[in-house]
Amino acid sequence: MRLRNLLLKRLLQLLAVSWGVGTLTFLLMRALPGDMAYRIAAGRYGMDAVDSDAAALVREELGLDQGAWSTYWSWLGDLLQWNLGNSLVSGQPVSESLWHMLGHSLLLAGAGILLAALIAIPLGLASAYHGGWLNRILLTLSTGMRALPVFVIGLLAVVVFALELNLLPVAGFGTPAHLVLPALTLGLSLAAIANRVVHTEAERVFNAPFYEFAQTKGLSAWQAFLRHGVRNMSVPVVAFFGVQLITVVEGVVMIESLFSWPGIGHGLAHAIFARDIPLIQGAALMMGILFVLLNTLVDLACYWLDPRGGQLA
Amino acid sequence: MKNKLITVFLGGLALLPAAVTAEPNQQNTVNIQAAFEFSSLDPTRSGFVFTRMQVLETLLNVDSQGGLLPGLASEWSIEDGGKLWRLTLRDQVHFHDASLLTAQQVADELNRGLNKISALRGLPITSINANADNQVEIKLSAPYRPLGAALAHYSTAILADAAYNDAGEVTALIGTGPFSVQEIAVPHKLVVERFDDYWGKKAQIEYASYLTGHRAEARVLQARSGQADIVFGLDPASVPMLKRLPTLEIVRSDLPRTLALKLNAGHRFIAEPEARQALSLAINRQGIATAILRAPDAATDQLLPAYMSDWYLDGQSEAYNLEKAAGMLAQLGWTKNSEGWLERDGERFELDLITYADRPELTTVATAVQDQWKQLGVKLNVNVTNSSAIPSGHSDDSLEVALIARNYGIIADPLGILLKDFASSDKGGDWGSMNWSNTWVPETLNAMVSDNDAAHYQEQAQSIAEALYNERPLIPVASYVQQTAINKRLSGFRFDPYERSYFLNELSWK
Repeated sequence: MRLRNLLLKRLLQLLAVSWGVGTLTFLLMRALPGDMAYRIAAGRYGMDAVDSDAAALVREELGLDQGAWSTYWSWLGDLLQWNLGNSLVSGQPVSESLWHMLGHSLLLAGAGILLAALIAIPLGLASAYHGGWLNRILLTLSTGMRALPVFVIGLLAVVVFALELNLLPVAGFGTPAHLVLPALTLGLSLAAIANRVVHTEAERVFNAPFYEFAQTKGLSAWQAFLRHGVRNMSVPVVAFFGVQLITVVEGVVMIESLFSWPGIGHGLAHAIFARDIPLIQGAALMMGILFVLLNTLVDLACYWLDPRGGQLA
Repeated sequence: MKNKLITVFLGGLALLPAAVTAEPNQQNTVNIQAAFEFSSLDPTRSGFVFTRMQVLETLLNVDSQGGLLPGLASEWSIEDGGKLWRLTLRDQVHFHDASLLTAQQVADELNRGLNKISALRGLPITSINANADNQVEIKLSAPYRPLGAALAHYSTAILADAAYNDAGEVTALIGTGPFSVQEIAVPHKLVVERFDDYWGKKAQIEYASYLTGHRAEARVLQARSGQADIVFGLDPASVPMLKRLPTLEIVRSDLPRTLALKLNAGHRFIAEPEARQALSLAINRQGIATAILRAPDAATDQLLPAYMSDWYLDGQSEAYNLEKAAGMLAQLGWTKNSEGWLERDGERFELDLITYADRPELTTVATAVQDQWKQLGVKLNVNVTNSSAIPSGHSDDSLEVALIARNYGIIADPLGILLKDFASSDKGGDWGSMNWSNTWVPETLNAMVSDNDAAHYQEQAQSIAEALYNERPLIPVASYVQQTAINKRLSGFRFDPYERSYFLNELSWK
């Protein structure tokens, strides 16, 4: 029952977010300076062929002289019929482009988060358990790694694994090998913070009276960790990774450019330059929906891990 | 029955290695990296990638000097005083879907192009028809000399009928070139495979792949690692390092693209030709070409390159001379104020420059010019925006100065581009002059389209080059040099200065 209420609430939230994000994107795009017809013409025909004639043709073809309201209503009408429209630049259906880009982004984000978890969880736990020099070394490494811009980490990864060891491709997509370096770059950059989150939570649990009691009553270190440690420390960690996933999906433009990875961050940046409004609206909408879905999943996971957390909301 | 099944199974097994090796892989594929994306399948939008990868072909081709060569049309004639072009198509040209190229289809395709942003749009074409002799006839209301070059432009490439849907949109790339599409992922990746029924020189390599490499660093790394065989648009700073590698050959090629400042000659500060000349003299081109473009010989103060000899003034060049520039501005009434800026009638000599980030060197050159004009006392505000801001600023008169990289080889005959840039309206052209008071140049350019006397044509071209040089409606800064890395496992590479083709069908493995 409570689950049904939650899902219903989130569905309403989803509708509100979809409308809000789409409308806000529309308003913001309209508010940007510069003539839309020229921008779209530059995106379509390239910088050598964009001229007033091309802009006039674009204006006529897309009906850009129509008022903002009529464009907005037609977008909303299309949306209610599950139609995101066509890209103003390529003419392809927005849903196809989004599917292509979002698929690649989710793959990269998923692999990056997985790697980050594989790196951060053992390191965070070890540094909390041992403390001392290990903790200090990891803190220094994490700070250093966090301070490096992500494309520098990417370039270093390319130099080591692609150029020196010749193990992996420098850039591109299409085979599993192409995923390794961008995912590793992303994983390393995320693990820099994530291992500190794990460390803090693990330290809190290791020093808690209930944990000490668990060991005093005779459980081995391993048993105490499995029965009383994992669940207690995992709620903030799961929540942290959940929030990271969504920022990663939309925020890895640098990694996507460096590795020629056709993700949504890079696609969105190009769409904004070219004022490809249907694509921007579609992408923002997908992000909004994804955000609500992931939040719901994280909430459910956290509730399952620690039902004491109170009401599902 | 059982035996039959075994035979089929064994036969299948025997074919398996062939099927496996038939897939594109690092060994049988030429991997190409370049900076530019393709936004659509339509050749009028992104045809440059499809003709370079030799999927699509045009009726005519051009040689490295811009001379016309046969393409899908084996011969052509110009009749009726230049008002009728008759192109005879090659026989037995197959599209990648096995259909035959017909004159009617070519005429339909060219007619479609008239209504799109193609090289044919705006030309004085009255009709394009097919006749019974496998010929296409293009009738014009007035002679138009650069029509041949327009027919060699990627936007006029010929697609099969099956490439279009009912709405007239391109849904598949079905051309006649030596390669057909194996995989396409707009806007990044195109894999092509050899087309064995090609009418001309058949390719030796099986596959070629084009991948957009957005970042110059990533492209350099691809070349260095050997994972890309041909890398275009190398960052000049990385060339010395790449040259030391035994696996790579670096090819330097001149491009007909010029880095120039477009000036609003109607602006009160730069309306006098002397003011524009002074600004030109105050640019240290050698410094910019050496320090930013890393190609000292790329510095130029002429709009068109030396190899477009009709339009180039031999031996004409004026060196950086700040003192002379300051003297010229002083004669126009400009004096330096206490802060070092020039002033006239209480107004500071201040201009806004716009440029765009599509080419990374533009922003650096813009700030270099800003600094060099500061020494003259001219304040230049640099604004980095989108390339479309230039035609847009030209159209609404808001543009004052723009730093542009103009390709004079878009159409292989520079007359076509010069007409667009200097004679498309009273105001000038989107990427050319702006509010320039000279009327002789546009009139002469318009007259040259029907000039069939080679000597007279050259004389007129030289006079126009001289007018552009003396009056400076645009101030050229440097020409472009393309640096390309080619892996030594390939042979037969050659560069097309008009960037129409990568000549993949001439490549072979060593």
